[in-house]
Amino acid sequence: MDDSVHSLLPVWACLASLLAVPAIVLFRREPVLREGATFAAGIAKLAFVLAMLPVVLSGKTVECTLVEGIGGFAAPIRFRVDALGLLFALVASGLWIVTSLYAVGYMRGLREHSQTRFFAFFAVSLSATLGVAFAGNLLTLYLFYEMLSLATWPLVAHHQDKEARTGGRTYLTYLLGTSIGFALPALVFTWQKTGGHVEFDSARAILAETNLGYWPALLLLLLFVFGFSKAGLMPFHSWLPGAMVAPTPVSALLHAVAVVKVGVFCVLRVVSGVFGVEILRAHDLGTVLGWIAAVTVLVSSLIALSQDNLKRRLAFSTIGQLAYIVLGAALLSERALTGSALHIAAHAAGKITLFFCAGAIFVATGKKYISEMAGLGRAMPVTFAAFFIGSLGVIGLPPSLGLISKLHLVLGAADANRAGLLVVYLVSTLLNAAYFLPIVYQAFFPRGAAAADTPKFSWRGVREAPWACVVPLSVTALLSMGLFFAPGVFLKLAQAFAAGVTP
Amino acid sequence: MAEQLPALILLAPLFGALLVGLAGPRDRRVCFPVVLGALAVSLCSAVGVLVRVLAGGPVDYFVGGWSEPLGIGIQLRVDTLNGLVLVVIAVVFVLVGVFSIRRAGEENTEKSPQYYTLFLLLAVGVFGMTVTGDAFNLYVLVEVSSLTGYALIAMGSSPRGTVAAFNYVVMGTIGASFYLLGVGYLYMATGALNMAQIHEIVATTGAGGSRTVLVAFILILAGLWTKMAFFPLHGWLPNAYGYCPSTSSSVLAPLVTKVYIYVMIRVMLGVFGAEWIFEHVGWTNIVVWLATVAILAGSLLALAQTEVRKMLCYLIVAEVGYMVGGAWLANRWGMAGAVYHIVADALMTLCLFLAVNIIVKRTGRLRMDAFDGLFRKMPLTMAGFAVGALAMIGIPPTAGFFSKWYLLRGGIESGHFEYVAALLLSSLVNAVLFFRLFERAFFGGNPAGGHHPDRTAAESGPTQQGWVGDSTLLGGEARASTLGPLLAAAALVVAVGLLNGPIVSAILRYFENMPVLGAP
Repeated sequence: MDDSVHSLLPVWACLASLLAVPAIVLFRREPVLREGATFAAGIAKLAFVLAMLPVVLSGKTVECTLVEGIGGFAAPIRFRVDALGLLFALVASGLWIVTSLYAVGYMRGLREHSQTRFFAFFAVSLSATLGVAFAGNLLTLYLFYEMLSLATWPLVAHHQDKEARTGGRTYLTYLLGTSIGFALPALVFTWQKTGGHVEFDSARAILAETNLGYWPALLLLLLFVFGFSKAGLMPFHSWLPGAMVAPTPVSALLHAVAVVKVGVFCVLRVVSGVFGVEILRAHDLGTVLGWIAAVTVLVSSLIALSQDNLKRRLAFSTIGQLAYIVLGAALLSERALTGSALHIAAHAAGKITLFFCAGAIFVATGKKYISEMAGLGRAMPVTFAAFFIGSLGVIGLPPSLGLISKLHLVLGAADANRAGLLVVYLVSTLLNAAYFLPIVYQAFFPRGAAAADTPKFSWRGVREAPWACVVPLSVTALLSMGLFFAPGVFLKLAQAFAAGVTP
Repeated sequence: MAEQLPALILLAPLFGALLVGLAGPRDRRVCFPVVLGALAVSLCSAVGVLVRVLAGGPVDYFVGGWSEPLGIGIQLRVDTLNGLVLVVIAVVFVLVGVFSIRRAGEENTEKSPQYYTLFLLLAVGVFGMTVTGDAFNLYVLVEVSSLTGYALIAMGSSPRGTVAAFNYVVMGTIGASFYLLGVGYLYMATGALNMAQIHEIVATTGAGGSRTVLVAFILILAGLWTKMAFFPLHGWLPNAYGYCPSTSSSVLAPLVTKVYIYVMIRVMLGVFGAEWIFEHVGWTNIVVWLATVAILAGSLLALAQTEVRKMLCYLIVAEVGYMVGGAWLANRWGMAGAVYHIVADALMTLCLFLAVNIIVKRTGRLRMDAFDGLFRKMPLTMAGFAVGALAMIGIPPTAGFFSKWYLLRGGIESGHFEYVAALLLSSLVNAVLFFRLFERAFFGGNPAGGHHPDRTAAESGPTQQGWVGDSTLLGGEARASTLGPLLAAAALVVAVGLLNGPIVSAILRYFENMPVLGAP
């Protein structure tokens, strides 16, 4: 094809963090050098990703084959960077740098153990994330998907106590169980049906010709969607609240951005690159997927209302927001797909801020429960202001990128003539507001007994977390706001993706 | 010289065994160079033959030039199928040879020359079973490899090993007798012992319809299934491999069952012929169900084990089910998957057994608590173990993933979804098995009561925040002669995985003239 550019850039972008691992291990006694390696890798990674931006914005793709497929049946290991992949890579690699700074503050603030292991596996996870983002076919996608599950497990079970181990076991059971049990057979089935083609667009072309029946198509779709359970669709969601035992930087980047977005990214890839909009429309499979996602949206929002542990509330909120993205893909209209892709970025900016805030509160005060946080806004004004902005992003209120993505999703639902699903979006937005805004309100304006205990605001009473925690959360909050005014690159990438896959 | 290569594969270890047997007891320093030299010759010859086969088709070799098919002219024949298996066997032998440099001496202080003699004779037997083109000759070589195998198992100091070896002798002899009986019937019906000749007679004359041939097939299959520990004929395996000396288990566990799988495939395709098996006999459904049961039983029994090495032994039983099932799916993907899995499984089992043997030796414990905190103490050994384990689970890009990939396709294409489900379930069970060990290895044995950052900080101190407890990164590692083969095996597991395309396309080309396996 003439609109593809061969380049090793995707490989370097993917490897940058993996190559930092030996340095991280080597400098395990010199924390400054060790974290230096992390930052160097982060900046290099972002630079490699940015270097591909002009090519992709001009409508081309960047391709690179690592291991050739032989004789037309063996799937090659291949990278192919298109608009969607680049959007995701940009979000993940950009936020990694911020998170690394936050992680330094958090881990040192709490004097955590095994920090080298933590930073090493964090770097491996980022490599796997970019591998998924740049995967050119299902096999490569699966390879990096599994790598991500394995590399994040030591991070989830980091605390090594009983609770952490249980969380880690749940995490692996769900993620490996569904990927081996559902996604792998779906993969082999696709490979067999298409006669060995698992490249995204050629698989779609061949599947369209083979005229899969309704039931096989439905089964295949469900196997894929539940197989990539990182997307957190119910009933395969409970690994995510369990994973909240991890240190907060992990929850922030991996379980609000990288890992979970890999899940929805895979679903988007399968919907757009393997099935294609035509087949899904012809069999009306979008409706099935849409209602599965809709149920997840509503149920998870309701559960979130009842959670007192802040990180768990955020986790259930994440499950709901992920289902937004899947729902957008299921609507199969161009604007909804734009919204889905854009929501990857919008939710990332908002939710990472919220997690940073939760972690900062924990570092500064040791408090994990929302009921303990009444009046805390006066001691930590910056943190709670950022929390407010992050909430706006997730709810979809101005000024935040969330508004733009949600607007696209809602309009996309209207385009697709799905009034029921449109109502789901609106109701869930109200629920989002209901589980976030009271936290902020109580923090600044406590009532009852808490009001009596809370001193009046004074600059001397401010007890923020270490600067390494506060700076990142301010940066991401500002980012979430700033992207409302200048969504340029992300919006362009999302639109390019949606235009490319809808007829 | 080049045309002598098939014989050289066998002769080098045979004469090596003689030399070690004669000179070893006088001066033990002779043993190791001779062993490694002989096996290196075999490896080079095997690679040379495989290259010739891939370039110019099957290579025939008539021992002593007796090409006349009458009498007991012995034919060696190498094609893509056994060329691959030969190379893998040679690789495993060389790696275990290096592994045993000091191990053999430590475990059998008095007997190391005898150990090496048996080790080389085992190589002769296993190479011979793979390379021979004669059904009776195969029996002889089965006995050569079995007898040496019994002795290698009984050599250790553990009394349970001796009992297990006796058990194995009984079961193994029954299996071999079944095979011999089958060959006898086959000779009655066809008057031939050469595999190619039998195949021709079965395929072209009316002999294929005779009941004698059918009985012969059943007897041979029963014999081979006993020898390969196909569930429920697996009883001898776990104790035999679980309690024998580490050097013996490292070579027997990866090779013996796999070679019998190869022999079964050879008998199916090369002696009776794929058409006869799948169209005339047609027990595909029954055997695939048996294989499904074998996979599930092996996995569940593995789950019930408390000792790591025995857990691996039951995994071998499950893996045998994979390959028997794949071979009987009656399509080329299943068959190719089974052959590829012979290669993959030999390497990953080698990897796991080497790692576990190192760990058991180092910690002195057989149970799972041997793994407590090992990622900190022995990072490289654990890395090798992890590669083998991930291959067993089937995580890309290891070889274990790709063999499953092809076997699954075979299962889906032939509509045997019970086999597909069993494969997936066994992967999940393997995940549970190995992550139980990984959890111990990463996080230690005893979970602390709660999350106390202060406690851990006090333990590790502000300056020492790394994951390495002692002063050097590799301070607790095993010595290079045992670690090297492990890491080489791990690298091969990944390399064979990445090279799955060329390997499988060579295997598929071999099935081109077997229309019953499906059009390419």
